[in-house]
Amino acid sequence: MKIPLAFIIGCILSFLFFVMTIVSLFWIPHEVEKLNILERLKGPSYQYFLGTDHFGRDIFSMLMVGGQTSITVALIAVSVGMIFGIPLGLLAAASRQSIWDDLIMRSNDLIFAFPSLVIAILITAVFGPSAINAIIAIGIFNVPVFARVTRGAALSIWTLDFILSARIAGKGSLRISVEHILPNILSLLIVQGSIQFSLGILAEAGLSYVGLGVQPPTPSWGRMLADSQTMISFAPNLALFPGITIILAVLGLNLLGDGARDLLDPRLQDKIR
Amino acid sequence: MRFLINIFCAASVLFGTLNAVHAARNSVVVGMQLEPPNLDPTGGAAAAIDEVVYSNIFEGLTRFQADGSVSSGLAKSWSISGDGLVYTFELNDGVKFHDGSIFDASDVKFSLDRARAENSTNAQKGLFKGIEAVSVINPLVVEIKLSNPNGSFLRNLAWGDAIILDQETAGKAATAPVGTGPFKFSQWVKGDRVDLVRNEDYWGNSVALEKASFKFISDPTAAFAALMAGDVDAFPVYPAPETLAQFDADPNFNVIVGSTEGETILSTNNQAENLKDVRVRKAIAHAINRQEIVDGAMFGFGTPIGTHFAPHHPDYVDLTGQSNYDPDRSMALLAEAGHAGGLTLSLKLPPPSYARRGGEIIASQLRAVGIETKMENLEWSQWLEQVFKGKDYDLTIVSHTEPMDIGIYGNPKYYFQYDSQEFRDLMTQLNLETDANKRSSILKNAQKLISKDYVNGYLFQLAKTGVANAKLVGLWKNSPTQANDLTGVSWKE
Amino acid sequence: MFSYVFSRMRVLILSLLFASFIIFLMIEIIPGDPASFMLGINAEPETIQALKKELGLDVSKFQRYLDWITGMLAGDFGVSYTYRVPVSELVLSRLGVSIPLALYAILLSTIIALPVGLFAAANHGGFRDWSVMGFTQLGIAIPNFWFAMVLVLIFSIYLKWFSAGGVPGWEKGILLNLKALTLPAFALALPQASILARVMRSAIIDTLSQDYFRTARASGLTYGQAIFRHAFRNALIPVLTIIGLQFSFLIAGAIIIENVFFLPGLGRLIFQGIVQRDLIVVESVVMLLVFAVVLVNFLVDMAYLVVDPRLRGNK
Repeated sequence: MKIPLAFIIGCILSFLFFVMTIVSLFWIPHEVEKLNILERLKGPSYQYFLGTDHFGRDIFSMLMVGGQTSITVALIAVSVGMIFGIPLGLLAAASRQSIWDDLIMRSNDLIFAFPSLVIAILITAVFGPSAINAIIAIGIFNVPVFARVTRGAALSIWTLDFILSARIAGKGSLRISVEHILPNILSLLIVQGSIQFSLGILAEAGLSYVGLGVQPPTPSWGRMLADSQTMISFAPNLALFPGITIILAVLGLNLLGDGARDLLDPRLQDKIR
Repeated sequence: MRFLINIFCAASVLFGTLNAVHAARNSVVVGMQLEPPNLDPTGGAAAAIDEVVYSNIFEGLTRFQADGSVSSGLAKSWSISGDGLVYTFELNDGVKFHDGSIFDASDVKFSLDRARAENSTNAQKGLFKGIEAVSVINPLVVEIKLSNPNGSFLRNLAWGDAIILDQETAGKAATAPVGTGPFKFSQWVKGDRVDLVRNEDYWGNSVALEKASFKFISDPTAAFAALMAGDVDAFPVYPAPETLAQFDADPNFNVIVGSTEGETILSTNNQAENLKDVRVRKAIAHAINRQEIVDGAMFGFGTPIGTHFAPHHPDYVDLTGQSNYDPDRSMALLAEAGHAGGLTLSLKLPPPSYARRGGEIIASQLRAVGIETKMENLEWSQWLEQVFKGKDYDLTIVSHTEPMDIGIYGNPKYYFQYDSQEFRDLMTQLNLETDANKRSSILKNAQKLISKDYVNGYLFQLAKTGVANAKLVGLWKNSPTQANDLTGVSWKE
Repeated sequence: MFSYVFSRMRVLILSLLFASFIIFLMIEIIPGDPASFMLGINAEPETIQALKKELGLDVSKFQRYLDWITGMLAGDFGVSYTYRVPVSELVLSRLGVSIPLALYAILLSTIIALPVGLFAAANHGGFRDWSVMGFTQLGIAIPNFWFAMVLVLIFSIYLKWFSAGGVPGWEKGILLNLKALTLPAFALALPQASILARVMRSAIIDTLSQDYFRTARASGLTYGQAIFRHAFRNALIPVLTIIGLQFSFLIAGAIIIENVFFLPGLGRLIFQGIVQRDLIVVESVVMLLVFAVVLVNFLVDMAYLVVDPRLRGNK
């Protein structure tokens, strides 16, 4: 089978993103928590690869470390969505057309009916801004996504013959869900996870752009954009580079996820819709 | 592709012609960062209220002039009894409210009694505390009796919170203000702007502008773009000092740099476990590099201060030397206080950029001497709740914008929790003293005392940085009170 | 059929009740109160108490919840604490910006997305398809606030074609307002258009394998004609569903864009309400938004019932 170019580009971008972030755990060109006002607003140079910001910090180093924030927040938020969403989806599928199925799906609809950014702002207003609250805000809206995808995929597996034979063998719904349904839809869920992960990175950037995410001095891409936007007219590199970084990271993960889904089973995705 | 380009050009022609329509130059659009919650200056503390209505819509007995002096307002003149307890005001004749009703002494009595009443919701009720009685002598003369002599009483009456309202319309002031000023309220498009029109029946000198709008643009980038695109003519308190150099270089704009009454301080919780020790507070003071903060957070705008007093005031004492930048000394003091191994303090920052940016710089400076900070960005409501009311903080950065407010140090329950009998004695002396020289020396001693006790980290006096169209003249340079007085504003051609 | 409608109505009402409870709870536990915020740091405690009483904040929370709910049932959304005007008045004036903006953005995104999706589907699997889809991936990955900043920089600051934000007000003429909403609508439309183009493309590709499409081809229509007459029409159903979803998202989801372009829209009203602790405004507006979405879902279900006879029999 031919591997699509988009998928390859996605792999490369995602790989670069992860490598950059992992390297930043051990080494960065310049310290990011130390300000150096004298060196501020320098253009790109040999010393400062992408220039410095209004406090004289190295933009490239900040982008590297900012990747840690993005990955951490998005990864945990997606995990939250999976941990709560998948069991709910399995339960709904196993007991389809029952009160449980109804309750779960209606609650899903209700969560979707809430404006997500408003909820994020409210959570922050209650608990104060922090990375954890950004995770909660993003995570809540991942739960119904996974519940719905899981239920859709699981329903299509439930109709297959080998489930019937498992039934006849006397296995209960719970056991069938865990032993037969879950392994069959797991790859699909992982692909969905990678797409939600990229959306999570975008959401984290949006939240920290409005000041709701991780607090300074920890760098984050969204806050870098927010801090730099008043200077965009005379120091465009400050806003340009974080913007491009966000775009490349999200693009890479999206292409990766989409390509993986197509490679995995083009038939299955139709069933989910 | 050519098709797209054509559409693009067509669109630009269509939209471009619309730009050519220019308003005649007898109106002005003034940008403000915050929208006022309502328009009643006697019922809210928001600076934005006064920035719209002060001396435009509403007037008081006395008023602030652009240079900070107090002059006559609705009161033509006054006399003060020898013991300093009775003020007799003679009012201007022929003054009408915007709805046509006559202004007289009964309105003065109503407004002042309303402000000091038990169920008053005046944010600065303290201004009226010394008033014992307000009595109407005749329609144009009013007498105010004080319980104690008060050297700043005329100044107190000049505040926006002391403006005169009509009894009939006072209740509507929040949404449909009716005053005596040179401009009438026209409409308020919530979330967008407030429009004023000239009051043709104004009792004083008529003003040049026919219309004025206050447009609310909270985002600093949007403020920059709005000025550049000509959507607003002036932004008197401009929120993005980093772009001022660009406006300065542009002949179409004037950058107006003046002073404010805002002492920007690193407020310190004097009762917090680690900060009770004056050595720790002193160590913090010596760890701070003020110039770096002024440069980094305000892009060079602001005057370093060493105490809680405005540098442009004649009684100001320069005490910055007492807390000069000396990290070695700071580390020595910390070691002496038993924190050689390091110390962690909370730093809670309200929304203004001086606080957020200043906070990042101070955190970095403190880290250099071994103090770690836990920074937390708060919105104002959270700040009021946690820091101001709850006193649940170690450090915070706030600009105290009330004029002559050193008296707050005499209140041990104020959020710094500075408890000094010596300081309270000074304040008692000050209130009873009427001799100008002696008052001055008491004020100087008070400044020295809080500096010596390292109550707070004193950073800089907030500058008023505004941007205006180069052809617009008559805007206030300084900010003796929070106002956008448009009385003297006009276009030159 | 009636029992189905009835059960869906019951779900609707229970959902709304539950939502109102959650909203009230969440907003009431926010620390800080409007009176302290309004009176600032020099206010005396008695003054704050007096204002609280004036605002009706001195009664118990449970009482306020009941008042709020019963008020809303009667169409009364309360009076804003800070603005001192009825919430319904505030909401109506904000909708005057939010709805046109959302419609404009939807219109732009549809105008862009449908031809693009159609073009990609018609060239399914080819290089053109691939490059168009690449662009839509890019459109999804661009943060819209960043895109908005770039638009302002180019079109208002450098080219000065458009004002940097704000709306002149509808009394000044439609064209001026549309012009003012153009940049924000573009910023909002970009990611929506990308999503929509992808939906359009896959919906059309789905129909290509259907029997009626083959029949149409066999009956002598060219490939393009067949796509336009048959595939396109059938693809409209999923496309319209997505457009509906996007519209309700855009009404409240434009907060950041409203900030960048200082537009007095509904999103900013909520944001300001939270900052100023104007709780009644936040509660009522969020409730209205939830109500709108839940209602639309309900109506869509009902519409399916009308369209799809199979649903009428069972349940």
